[in-house]
Amino acid sequence: MNKKSGIGSGILICAVLLAGSISACQTHGKKSAGEEAKINVPKDNMPAVEELKKARKIFNALPSPLESAAIVKSAGSRFDPRLLNQLDNANSYVTNKSMALNLGIYTCDLSFASLYEQTQLIIDYMNAAKKMADGLGILKAIDQTTIDKLEENINNSDVIMEIISDTFLNSSSYLEDNGQHANAAMVLVGGWFEGLYISTQLVDANHLNNNKLTGRIIDQKLSVDILLNLLESNKGNKSIDEIKVQVIKLKAVFDKIKITTSQIKPEFDNASKSTLLKSDVKTEMTPEVFKELASTVAEIRNSFVK
Amino acid sequence: MRISKIIPILALLTILTTSYAGAQCKAFAKKVCLPELGAFTHDGNYHAAVLVEGEEAELYKTFYSDMDYRIAICGEDKLPDIEFKILDGNKNVLYSNKDSKYAKTWDFKLQSSQQLKLIVKVLSRSKPSETPASGCVSIMFGFKVKK
Repeated sequence: MNKKSGIGSGILICAVLLAGSISACQTHGKKSAGEEAKINVPKDNMPAVEELKKARKIFNALPSPLESAAIVKSAGSRFDPRLLNQLDNANSYVTNKSMALNLGIYTCDLSFASLYEQTQLIIDYMNAAKKMADGLGILKAIDQTTIDKLEENINNSDVIMEIISDTFLNSSSYLEDNGQHANAAMVLVGGWFEGLYISTQLVDANHLNNNKLTGRIIDQKLSVDILLNLLESNKGNKSIDEIKVQVIKLKAVFDKIKITTSQIKPEFDNASKSTLLKSDVKTEMTPEVFKELASTVAEIRNSFVK
Repeated sequence: MRISKIIPILALLTILTTSYAGAQCKAFAKKVCLPELGAFTHDGNYHAAVLVEGEEAELYKTFYSDMDYRIAICGEDKLPDIEFKILDGNKNVLYSNKDSKYAKTWDFKLQSSQQLKLIVKVLSRSKPSETPASGCVSIMFGFKVKK
């Protein structure tokens, strides 16, 4: 492709994106075939559309702070409020990096408080998360109406979980839609590390066996590459690059843990209308490796909350 | 107007309209896709994009044992059906909604935790001489903690 046609193609792709963006999502109702939104691209420019199609969108989906907390709860672990990030620390976060990381961390702590029905902590941690969201300029993600709704339903854990999910969706979509992809990534990173930090602090290195939480910690090895890819997609941002160095150090420890899985066999259960993905897994983690993992996670997490 | 002046203007317009479309996409995701999760708790993550007919998106995620999951994939009505497939690390297809009349949701659980790959494709309905439709596609995950 020569330079001129390359520029032309670039402009065309911009025009297609522009048209696509304008036509997208403007209605939710059913439309007849004749009313369907179409992009006006001349027939002889169809190769440019094909070029656009090749630019495949990739999502690296780390567990959300809500899911991270649920994973720990599902392992039957106890709740220890001393492991949560201190509420007073919220006043000391002034940079985008610290506010984004701690929005994820406080949302994870808030989720823990909710799952373990710690009513006063739910309000306190929602306020801490609100402070971080406000600092990042996330408009209306957590407003007074949210806090009021939380207080009104403080004993209804299902509604509380819905509110947390909704506020997190509002925050992350606001950051993504406003081009703050690095901040959106750091929110997820903060939440993921908080879940892992709390998990590793709740497990005794001398009693790794027969503890379901040990299994959930080992499972996090499966997300490290996703985490690195998420950071890689935002490379060039100073804060992201700093975090990436820390995550590479963590990956080196996770690499010492062995996971062997058999082939997955899907099995549909007609009664529950659900599919069970059957597979056997064998894992191997020594107490020494666990100690190294716990200490590396604590070091990174503590650098986020300091 | 010179090309060098057109490009920054187009780029600026693209950024502004992308932000607008993004907000519209979020509204679509919340209004149309979220209810598809039913009794499952939405994880709070936001995965949505404007896709063109024939275009694909992929997503990588770890799913955990001890949890029940529902995946919901929704596209605007102006788009053709959306096909989605779930693959394991060896590229074996574990599920395709093509076998379920392009169902929007899939419920599953795992015996052991796995990293899985989700491929989403907007099918092509337009004739070669026509220009393709585009619209918002949202991917949402809901979970239930096993009691």
